Amino acid sequence: MLNKNIYLILIISLVFAISFWIGFNVNLLPAEASINAPIYDELFKILFIIGLIIFIGMTIAVIYSLFKFRKRNDQIGDGIALEGNLSLEIVWTIIPSIIVLLIGLYSYNIYDRMGGMKELNHNHEMMSSNTEKIWAGISQTSDNEIAINNLSIEVSAMQFAFLFNYPKGNFISGELHVPVDQKVSMKMESKDVIHAFWVPEFRIKQDIIPGQPTILNFTPTKVGKYPIICAELCGPYHGGMRASIVVEEESDYNEWFNKNKKPEVNL
Amino acid sequence: MTISIDPQKTNNESLQPKGWLRYFSFSLDHKVIGIQYLVCGFLFYLIGGTLASAIRIELASPMSDFMPRDVYNQVLTLHGTIMIFLWIVPVVNGAFGNYLIPFYVGARDMAFPRLNAVAFWLIPPSGLMLVASYFVDGAAQAGWTAYPPLSITTPQSGQIIWILSVLLLGGSSIFGGINFIATIIKLRRPGLKLMQLPMYCWAMLGTSLLVVLSTPVLAGTLILLSFDIIANTGFFNPVLGGNVVVYQHLFWFYSHPAVYIMVLPAFGLVSEILPVHARKPLFGYTTMVFSIMGIVVLGLVVWAHHMFTSGTPPWMRLFFTIATAFIAVPTGIKFFNWVATLWGGKISINSAMLFSCGFIINFVFGGITGVALAQVPFDIHVHDTYFVVAHFHYIVYGGTVFIIFSSIYHWFPKVTGKMLNEKLGILHFIITFIGFNLCFAPQHWLGLNGMPRRVAEYDPQFQFVNQISSLGALLMAISTIPFLINVFLSVRNGKDAGDNPWNALTPEWLTSSPPPVENWEGEAPLVEEPYGYGKEISEQK
Repeated sequence: MLNKNIYLILIISLVFAISFWIGFNVNLLPAEASINAPIYDELFKILFIIGLIIFIGMTIAVIYSLFKFRKRNDQIGDGIALEGNLSLEIVWTIIPSIIVLLIGLYSYNIYDRMGGMKELNHNHEMMSSNTEKIWAGISQTSDNEIAINNLSIEVSAMQFAFLFNYPKGNFISGELHVPVDQKVSMKMESKDVIHAFWVPEFRIKQDIIPGQPTILNFTPTKVGKYPIICAELCGPYHGGMRASIVVEEESDYNEWFNKNKKPEVNL
Repeated sequence: MTISIDPQKTNNESLQPKGWLRYFSFSLDHKVIGIQYLVCGFLFYLIGGTLASAIRIELASPMSDFMPRDVYNQVLTLHGTIMIFLWIVPVVNGAFGNYLIPFYVGARDMAFPRLNAVAFWLIPPSGLMLVASYFVDGAAQAGWTAYPPLSITTPQSGQIIWILSVLLLGGSSIFGGINFIATIIKLRRPGLKLMQLPMYCWAMLGTSLLVVLSTPVLAGTLILLSFDIIANTGFFNPVLGGNVVVYQHLFWFYSHPAVYIMVLPAFGLVSEILPVHARKPLFGYTTMVFSIMGIVVLGLVVWAHHMFTSGTPPWMRLFFTIATAFIAVPTGIKFFNWVATLWGGKISINSAMLFSCGFIINFVFGGITGVALAQVPFDIHVHDTYFVVAHFHYIVYGGTVFIIFSSIYHWFPKVTGKMLNEKLGILHFIITFIGFNLCFAPQHWLGLNGMPRRVAEYDPQFQFVNQISSLGALLMAISTIPFLINVFLSVRNGKDAGDNPWNALTPEWLTSSPPPVENWEGEAPLVEEPYGYGKEISEQK
């Protein structure tokens, strides 16, 4: 009996060790290029490890049962008439409930750190001041002050392109340029069908909906060029609906901005 | 309600054609209707599988080069619609439900045999109509979700035929659901208590409640959508002041429970198969019943987790996160109970058992990614990517389709009186299991790294992994060959099964194989312990 328990403990610790090793050493995600990304990857790592422990554990239990309890040729009759075990069933109701609850609380915390919860206030103020209902996607900023000071861009999506309007410079670009480490606030609206704005390296996505503006805020942290991908089926060329986001040093950004800036049109 | 089927019914029966012709007739026999569902569903599975192969061929190279882009969207729309509405839902509910439920409750037929036949005969015409819409003006191309305004702006004829077809299939599903509820509640043999029913009855009761509660919502939504398309109304058309997100709420109010309509019956079937081949009682009957009902209740309040990027208020995102994640608890209980059923048994390693164990492993994997997807911050990144495609196929293919095959190996002797060939069966399992995991496991990585779903073209850096996935799809296509050979050979020359080759205790095995028209020669047996393995057999009457 003691021997059996030792084996069980050994196997369980081995499953944990393997899961933690894989969780910390196997990277399944693209580069991290926004403030959201490291927070996301932290959540991913935790979920990955818990998932591995459960999956490897269950797989071992099934395969072990198939080998250990397989019917040998000389055997007749049935297995033991075990119809249930209340305490065991209570245990495997309560433990998963606790795990699920902890994951839920933890992801609430992650969501909060990404700015998902703060958005509510921000949204209310926007509504009262503009009398326009705007739906907010996940964001990093929430303070009104930042919302005014940060770089604001208007995104319009159509079959099968994104257009980025820089109101301060009075020009429209097909490529999104933003300075690194500065908060960007985008108001997005679709001209025809539903599209989505997705930058995998930023770990953000928000649908762009016709007749319903949405807001998406983010802060890039790494200079580079990343793909903007439409993630909602929008027609035959959906797979080709791409744009690029160029994250650059502030001086480079200013140079690009001034080059494209158009003077105010006087009527 | 007392059921006296005798005089009138037998007259009807004598008018029914005999032999193989009865499968092409408006038969009222629940066993014939069950087989009609199964064979019809399998034919559509072959069509849907061909479409899936076309998708994987297109995705073997990064460019859109195998078929025109709009045809690609038609193919993926038809693939989804056919696999869900014409293969999985009719087979796990209609086929096995019709065949088994009357046996399990000790009845001679379903409560409403004519409604039952109508429910089946709605399926072939609507399925054919759906496939034929390709030849009219192109099939629907807005995906099986048919989100407006895309579904309003794409060619009308295909989308309207799609709506009509789904409405008919939904009607068939509702008829079936009403019939199952009535049969399980009202047609039980005297003396048979609810808590003595085999677990599949409970699964079908839960499923049918979901069908009856949620399918009408889908029907109403699609009717409104069809008004938008043909009558220029503005329910969902933003140009006319409609709201596209309202459609998503209404659609997912049905279509999330639809996932449980596809997996709960499979949970029931595996609960019948495991105890027989492990020679052990089903572990934790009562908790199984409560977990099924828990899944039914929770399943109705989680739909908005499909819409985390649509622009939903934060509180709503949190509510649906918690509700969705909690489905893992009753589902987890079921999986622990199945492993406990295996534990200490005398397990026969055969095709039915292998497919059931494959189901457990695949579904646990799909369930884990499901709990991850329930978390809003996690979902934001992978929503509408191949990660979701992979998760969904782990649930419905790795889960439900594995159980459909397991059930076919298990009940084939019941239906035909012949055994399926075990060697071919195990070969079928091995190719399917390897092919399935090769096809869908790599897609998780694709989604995480930036490949959206429903695309005909992708970045060249994803080519190698996509080719592995396509290779897996090829194996899956090949795996149907040993299965088909096995079925055709065994129907003609299979080993005689006898009445009860598995020495099973559930009621359908306590009659001849194949069973007589009225299910039992005499009175239906009272089976108080359908899982009484390891006890004195003499307790069974």
